[in-house]
Order: sequence, then C-alpha cells, then structure tokens
Amino acid sequence: MAAEKKPGVFTGPLWTNNPVVVQVLGICSALAVTTQMKPALVMGISLTCVLAFANVIISLLRNTIPNRIRIIVQLVVVAALVILVNQILKAYAFEVSKQLSVYVGLIITNCILMGRLEAFALGNKPWPALLDGLGNGLGYAIILFVVATFREFFGSGTLFGIDVIARFVNESGYDGYQNCGIFVMPTSALILLGCIIWYLRSKNPELQDK
Amino acid sequence: MSNKLNNFINEKIDPLFQKGGKYEKLWSIYDSFHTFLFVPRETAGRKGVQVHDSVDSKRVIIMVIIALMPALLVGLWNVGYQHDLALGINDGWFMQFLYGLVAFLPKVVVSYVVGLGIEMAVAAYKREEVAEGFLATGLLIPMIVPVNTPLWMIAVATAFSVVFAKEIFGGTGMNVFNPALITRAFLFFAYPKAMSGDAVFVRTGSALCNTPIEGTSVVDGFSGATPLAAVADGSFDAASYSTLDAFLGCIPGSIAETSTLAILLGACLLLLTKVASWRIMLSVFAGGAVMSAIIGAFDASAPTVAQQLCLGGFAFAAVFMATDPVTGCRTNTGKFIYGAFIGVMAIIIRMFNTGYPEGAMMAVLLGNAVAPLIDYYVVDANINKRAKRVKA
Repeated sequence: MAAEKKPGVFTGPLWTNNPVVVQVLGICSALAVTTQMKPALVMGISLTCVLAFANVIISLLRNTIPNRIRIIVQLVVVAALVILVNQILKAYAFEVSKQLSVYVGLIITNCILMGRLEAFALGNKPWPALLDGLGNGLGYAIILFVVATFREFFGSGTLFGIDVIARFVNESGYDGYQNCGIFVMPTSALILLGCIIWYLRSKNPELQDK
Repeated sequence: MSNKLNNFINEKIDPLFQKGGKYEKLWSIYDSFHTFLFVPRETAGRKGVQVHDSVDSKRVIIMVIIALMPALLVGLWNVGYQHDLALGINDGWFMQFLYGLVAFLPKVVVSYVVGLGIEMAVAAYKREEVAEGFLATGLLIPMIVPVNTPLWMIAVATAFSVVFAKEIFGGTGMNVFNPALITRAFLFFAYPKAMSGDAVFVRTGSALCNTPIEGTSVVDGFSGATPLAAVADGSFDAASYSTLDAFLGCIPGSIAETSTLAILLGACLLLLTKVASWRIMLSVFAGGAVMSAIIGAFDASAPTVAQQLCLGGFAFAAVFMATDPVTGCRTNTGKFIYGAFIGVMAIIIRMFNTGYPEGAMMAVLLGNAVAPLIDYYVVDANINKRAKRVKA
C-alpha cells in the first residue's frame, strides 16, 4: 500500500477504482438520494468531507489504537464528524437537509467509510490518507452527480430545480411529452449504475471478470 | 424462374455481403432477409443425420404470429366498435375494423422499426445473424398497449426493453424476462397516466391522431373505464355484468386482449402445432380459476370465476405470454407449478392491489423471475429421488 504513488491514491478512486461502480460500495445511498441533483451534490460533498477528515484522524491515531477495539474507535470518530456535518447542513441548508433526511446520518454506516478506514487509513501516513479520502469521496460524488443528472432531467424535466424540458415541449394533447416516471424511482438508479459499470468495463478490459 | 433468381442471388448478390465484399458490414441484415424469403441453402449431407423437417425458431415464431391473428382481428374491430359506442354512432363492422386498423398500424410500424433497428444494429456490430425473436415481440407490443398510447412512448419503451431485457442478456433465447411484457411494464411505471384510467382504452377522436372529429361528441354517461378498473374502485357489479361480452371481446381494454374466444382459437393452433406447452396454459387457467373461486367464496361482489378468466389480459397472458419457452420453466413438473403460480398471482394482484387493476402482466414477470428456481428444485428433487432408489 505504502508503495502506491500519491497521484494514484487520489485519481484511482475517481474512475478506474471507483468506490461505487468498481468496488460496489455505498450503493444504498446512491439509489436513495439521486432523485434530484441538489441533494446528490450535497450528499457527495458531505461524504467527501467526512471521509477525508476521518481518514486523517484515524491515520494520525493509527499507532495508538489497540487492534481489538479499532472498529469502535473508527465509529466514534466517524459519528462525531457526521453529527458535525448534519448540524452544519441543518443550520445552513435546511431544505436540502430535510430532503436528505436520514441519509446524512447514515453516512456512518456507508461501506465506503469503513472500507477506506480499515483498508487504507490504518496503514498509511496522514497525507496519503487525506488524498485517499478525498479521492474516494469525490469518486462517490461524481457517480452520484451523474446518476442524479439523468434522473432529474428525465424524471422531473428539471436540472437543479430549474425547468428545462417544459420550456421547449408541449405537455398537453395526445402525443404530448410526459416525464418518465421510472426515473423518479430507485429502479432507474440501479439501471443507470449498471450502464456506468457497463461503459467503464468496456473501456477498461482489466476490470472485466474472467 | 426461381432457379434463375436463385442463381442470380447466389452468384451476384451473395459475394457482395460475404467477408471481403463491398457490403460486408451489412451481412447480418442481408442474411436475415435471405433466410426469411428463401429456403435455407444448407442441405443435409449424404451421410449422417437426415433432418426430415427442420422446425427452426423462424417457423415457430411464424406459428405464434398466425395464432395471434384471430385475437388481433377481433381486437381491431373492437377498437372501432368502442369508438362508435363512445360517440353513439354505428357505421357497420367493416368501418369499425378499418378504424381499428388505422389506429393500430402506426404502432406496429414504430415497434418493428425501433426493435428490429436495434437488433440489426447489434447483430451487424457483432457480425451475427439477426435473431428472429423480435418478429413476435414486435407484434405483441402494440397488441397489449391501450389504443391511446402515444407512438413515441412505444418507441422509448421498445428500445428500453430490447436493450435492457434482451440484448444485455445475450439476445434472443437468453432473456430472463419476456421482452413484450417488459415493454408494457416500462410503460406502466414510466407513464402511468397513459397506461391506466378511463381515457386511454377507448379512442374518441380520429383514428390516426385522436384529434377530435368535428360534429361528434361523446355520449352522456360514457365511461371508457375497463371492467377491471371498476373492480378496483369497487363499482363492479358481478351479477349484472355480461360475461358473454367479455368472452366475445366487446369491452374496453388493451387492443388485442379483449376477446377470450379469439385468444382461445389462437391457443388451439398453438397446442395443435405443439408450439406452446399445454401444461403451462392449463395450469394458468386452473390456478386463476381456483384463486377466483376462493375469493368469490369470501366476497360476493367479486367477479365470478368465468368473469375473472375472461376480463382483462388474463387469457392473453395465459396463452401467449406465460407459454414463452425462453422465459418459462423447462421441466414438465416445473411447468405445472409455474403456470399455477402465474394464475394465482394474477388474480391476487388484480383483486387485492387497487393500484394495479390488472395483475396478469406482473404475475407473468414474477413467474419469469422464479422459473429458473422452480426448475432447479424440480431437477434437484428428481436427483434425490433417484439417489434414494440407488441406495435402496
């Protein structure tokens, strides 16, 4: 792990080692918060912050944490950070925080967090741990953002809440345009994630299962 | 004459599409038309297996299409008939049929162009033969949608279904779910307004575009709601409802699902030619009948057993959808279980979930999902039985 180059630590998770579409972690929230772009963006940023700070803190503590209680220590650190993020969101972005409802709190159970803390932060110095946290958080955020863009555009006809489709098409009459209801349902997020994985694997043969 | 044509094609046209030819990329499209129009060139050798009559999937699918014809013809007439009823006019059965035909044709064209277009593009890309599966699917899709479904929705749903229900699983013969039903399910969940309610099953405007016809108006008290919608909102009266109408097919509904009689004619052909499994067909009807009888015993206002089997898409699903050999069970015991499961589920969904007035589509898709599991346990049970016999 330590031999890994720093740029790889940061850029890898953005695409070819993406936590969502390659490691298939954090799928639950990727399905739940991607109906609209704004909550998806906020969720992506929140997770990136929590992951980066948690990675650094655990990395700093890594030599003092007794091995047998490391999960508890990780949980305490993450829980503190999540509560912090949740309070900030409630104070400065109340509407979005309401839309995200329990999912900010559920960052604590996000598999990406535990995965990165266990696999990386416990065995690396703070600087690579920070890059790793930022990279994985942003990799998650990118996928969320892409999925949310498609879902909001086709499902509600808006982008960031601004009406896009309704300005150009006639929604009345027999052949009138209608938004596609499937894109509002979590089903569509699963299909879109599948498409992203499909595209990613066709571009990177080394990711294909033998 | 035909020899000359054959020679011309074999000598002049064929090389153009073979490897190295001018239109090499279009080989799969050329091949699909060639095998569709001509007897295949391959003949059995002097030695080895002599095939007396090759029932290939093209032949099977043509049989299905012929079997669909009675239901389609009656359905087209019914579209015009319902239109006339809504407007309070009567211009004879032939004009009613023509009205239905004009309303139906654009849908078929859209479904075939989109579906075959994608299939041919994929086949050309992979340099494979174009599989025949879509010939039946492309006809089934417009037959199971309400008459007022906009064409662009059919196009979107067909594209979705061909790509996500069929091609990604490996194309014809590999799909887990019935592509025609996936198309309908997509429409149902993506555009619920266009797939249910009382305004979609009867066309009151012009045949082609549903624009209001001048000088006509919908008669007072007309409702385009299907009988099953009435069941869902509790206004259905089993005692006064004419089961004969439902059996013959003069009730509102998706285009070709209404006439149980015509569907049964198609079923006879499928069973005589052994294209469809009688085990599945029988057990779907049996499962549906048993479940309807159970519900009828507790709820006097529920439709009678005969009505349950004639209303909505139940008969159509039993004959043409559940019997799809690709998505159904393979083992004989499995086929009985699979069919009964679909029949029971269709009635349960129909009666207990008011959000879904018709359950046949969901039931068949659910059946498709569990079919491999049923087969697995049937085979497993057989292995165990024989293992015990060896020990004893």
